[in-house]
Amino acid sequence: MTRYVIRRLLWVVVLLFLVSALTFVIFFVLPSTDPAALRAGKTRDPEVINAIREQLGLNKPKIEQFWIYLKGIVLHFDFGHSYLNNLNVRDEILSRLPATISLSLGALVIWLFVGISVGIISAVRRRSLMDRAAMGTTLVMISAPVYWLGLVSLLLFSQGIGVIPIFPGSGSYTPLSEDPWKWFTSLILPWLVLSAAFAAIYARILRANMIETLSEDYIRTARAKGLSERRIVLGHALRSAITPIVTLAGLDLGVLLGGAILTETVFNIPGVGRLSYDAIIHGDLPTVQGTVLFGAFFIVILNLVVDIAYAYLDPRVRYT
Amino acid sequence: MSPLLEIEDLRVSFRTEDGVVGAVDGVSLSVDRDRTLGIVGESGSGKSVTGLTVMGLTRGRSTTISGSVRFDGRELTTASDAELRTVRGNDIAMIFQDPLSSLHPFYTVGRQLTEAVRAHRDVGQGEAHDRAVELMRLVGIPEPEQRMRAYPHEFSGGMRQRAMIAMALVNDPRLLIADEPTTALDVTVQAQILELIGELQKRLGMAVIIVTHDLGVVAEIADDVAVMYAGRIVEQAPKEGLFGAPRHPYTWGLLGSIPRLTAPRDEALVPIAGRPPSLIHPPSGCRFHPRCPYVRPHHTRIDPQLEPTGDPDHDVACLLPDPVRRALWAKLAAGATPQEARATEDEMMGPPTETETETQAGRP
Amino acid sequence: MSADVLLEVRDLIKHFPITRGIVFQRQVAAVHAVDGVSLAVHRGETLGLVGETGCGKSTTARTMVRLLDPTSGTIHYEGEDITHVKGRRLKQLRRELQIIFQDPYSSLNPRKTVGSIIADPLVIHGMLSGKSERKRRVQELMDLVGLNSEHYNRYPHEFSGGQRQRIGVARALALEPKLIVADEPVSALDVSIQAQILNLLRRLQSELGLTIVFIAHDLSVVRHMCDRVAVMYLGQVVELADSDTLYQHPRHPYTGALLSAVPVADVVAATTKQRQVLSGDVPSPVHPPPACRFHTRCWKAQPVCRETTPELEPKPGGSIAACHFPLTDEEAAERIPTVSAAGPVEPSA
Repeated sequence: MTRYVIRRLLWVVVLLFLVSALTFVIFFVLPSTDPAALRAGKTRDPEVINAIREQLGLNKPKIEQFWIYLKGIVLHFDFGHSYLNNLNVRDEILSRLPATISLSLGALVIWLFVGISVGIISAVRRRSLMDRAAMGTTLVMISAPVYWLGLVSLLLFSQGIGVIPIFPGSGSYTPLSEDPWKWFTSLILPWLVLSAAFAAIYARILRANMIETLSEDYIRTARAKGLSERRIVLGHALRSAITPIVTLAGLDLGVLLGGAILTETVFNIPGVGRLSYDAIIHGDLPTVQGTVLFGAFFIVILNLVVDIAYAYLDPRVRYT
Repeated sequence: MSPLLEIEDLRVSFRTEDGVVGAVDGVSLSVDRDRTLGIVGESGSGKSVTGLTVMGLTRGRSTTISGSVRFDGRELTTASDAELRTVRGNDIAMIFQDPLSSLHPFYTVGRQLTEAVRAHRDVGQGEAHDRAVELMRLVGIPEPEQRMRAYPHEFSGGMRQRAMIAMALVNDPRLLIADEPTTALDVTVQAQILELIGELQKRLGMAVIIVTHDLGVVAEIADDVAVMYAGRIVEQAPKEGLFGAPRHPYTWGLLGSIPRLTAPRDEALVPIAGRPPSLIHPPSGCRFHPRCPYVRPHHTRIDPQLEPTGDPDHDVACLLPDPVRRALWAKLAAGATPQEARATEDEMMGPPTETETETQAGRP
Repeated sequence: MSADVLLEVRDLIKHFPITRGIVFQRQVAAVHAVDGVSLAVHRGETLGLVGETGCGKSTTARTMVRLLDPTSGTIHYEGEDITHVKGRRLKQLRRELQIIFQDPYSSLNPRKTVGSIIADPLVIHGMLSGKSERKRRVQELMDLVGLNSEHYNRYPHEFSGGQRQRIGVARALALEPKLIVADEPVSALDVSIQAQILNLLRRLQSELGLTIVFIAHDLSVVRHMCDRVAVMYLGQVVELADSDTLYQHPRHPYTGALLSAVPVADVVAATTKQRQVLSGDVPSPVHPPPACRFHTRCWKAQPVCRETTPELEPKPGGSIAACHFPLTDEEAAERIPTVSAAGPVEPSA
């Protein structure tokens, strides 16, 4: 097991290196604003711009720039400074992480709860009216784009513009440390919107898994033992059917921690997703690099966590 | 005193997309304490469904069950699910063909055993554990304390089936239904498991139903045998009667199709022609008639009932007159082919009154 | 003797490596699937390979016909060393060495018609290029194995298990092979259907002069089908004899135990014989026991069995066995149901 984790961690490092190199390349290949001009603001003075270029090291060969950048990360955990506002990228990301974590984890709790409950009920009452209605709804949820769903929910429920103004609207995010109640209410709509599609997908997957598991021989054995139907469904069938769900949840969470771009943008939540959106719009390489690396880091680490968790969930899996 | 298990005119059918499958169609049998009943048949004969239905495991929205299953005087077909649960795994226990897929892969064997104890007894974890270990020891699993903590995939095939047997016996069932318990096992392990089942049956005084396709297994372990074909029992007798003086052409066919160590090596196998019929549209009359070498025209119209042959406890569902059947078997036993035996039949009964083509008309 | 040998393997070894490592994988152990098998298959005979799960019978046969590459040892076919042949010669060999698989459900492509399944080998090997010629050959093959040749355009799911196995047989016969490996060909079939396929194989053998390597775990079936039988245990042949000798005078205790374990559909034999039940399970093929591999389960084992490997050598009675303390006829008779005069009892009138 330890060998396996070591091997995987080595791969994490290799992967992050490749990701940063790739963003670097893409950034310089694609036409974008001159970073020096960006930093210079309204000034068009070539002297000033040149000076800035010198200061940012943009005159050095690309490979050297990359090398300096990598050294900064490895030696000082420093991701450089934004071209846009000269803020430290690392600090900027870390300060925005709580909002993204709040949004992602909250949504995760909701979609797991809803997805698993609906999945179980639909599987047990297969082909009932309830099952058909639930599966129809999930199709709608999966098909609806997040930004559309977000806007519709704001129009319906947000204070200010909503038809039934019961939740705080866009841009009302308050950090947990400031006011827990406001934090909670401000996130209700974003949570619901973000979790909708996930809940629907999870419900469908779990339903399919449960139906398959319920026809397994060991479920017949459980019945033959005289266990109650509740024990059979929740204790025996769910235990097997939920394993892939756990894997999936880990991976999805990894992606979201890198920034739920659409949801954060629609609800104007100051998270990592919003940050990377702004950085991309403005061609702010250090910030883009930083958010991409953070995102990649979460994905590969959660991937590893999921694989290790799998060995505990399924005793037949052994890593060497 | 009535027998421990009495099944009367049991019918089980499943609604499927292709039509209604009459898996069991009027089966009556009984098993008593200290007896082992073997139910033999090929796939689709309804032998497994019969066993599962006794346990109530075929219940479902697309299933129709009629007839009666009485266990110790208690009607099970009409019992509520909750009532049936108190019987399952308690008074009647069951083991299955593939012990690997029949055990939950994510739970330790010990946990699955203690769970079976606690499903029916109001005891603590410790007591359930002790009972489970006791049973593991009884079925011959070495180092039971350690093995309790192992997962099914860490057991060998034979040990897994022993664990299944231990799990079935934790609540001292009075009836054990074993559905192809050795089919997935190697021959030396099969011998171990059959011996174990036989031993435990004697020791615990259980009734045992063993469902199998293997006539050899039945000859080894059963006291009585029921041969099933297309959802019905076609012949039922004590083991000695069934193997010594079989009365149904299908039973003859089965016996003729298997190579036996006790027969001369070059003895030709006589397969049964054709294949098992559809249960959605079963053949008219005697269900075996399309494959029967001794068929007569009226056999396609008349449905034979299980009737006594005159031998003790020996019943058969065949339209041929008893003396003809005896003569046919005598010929076959002496090494005649079905064609040669058929000549004897024609001699005794005269040639068929209707043409052969008409006889075959019932089948596509 | 060597004249009628069609295929011969010597000291055949097939190990499946188990690897481990962080970046570079190194071999830490191996599954000893086949561990030193020497066998000759005679032209026109049926050679049986029997043994329990994991004894290496399937691996042996597959290595014999070069479906697997041996770890070491040699394979001679018609006098030619084919152990390492590649490319065109290997493709030619594939024509002559065919295999029939156990599972008639998964070994046929469900999206192809039966006609094209049977014709596939002809197409692959570029034989009978004319379409009508090929169709005629396929229908001929279907007739030969007892399938209705009008069902040329049907799909596998429209056939029953027994008929599918016939399709598998027809496909194997398409290229007129000299040797056919039948790997558990009837294990997945119902009793009444088994006999149909066994009879078909026997008929084809005598009509076409085929050589068959027949693999099965059912000893009664093997006895019925085979001229000679090799009993395998943990990757090695422990006994080799012609069928009658093997079944009447088994010399290796493992053979004796196998025969004793077979349930017989014969009440007299079932109730009178003294069953020899082996204790325990087959040991792991990763770490097989030293010397005689059977000593951990053998009731005749002595200290010498743990120290010295017994050679495969002729024993009294005609069979070749690898055992220090072979069974005597008396020991065998007590345990094994023999050809009995008992047979089926005459009906009591």
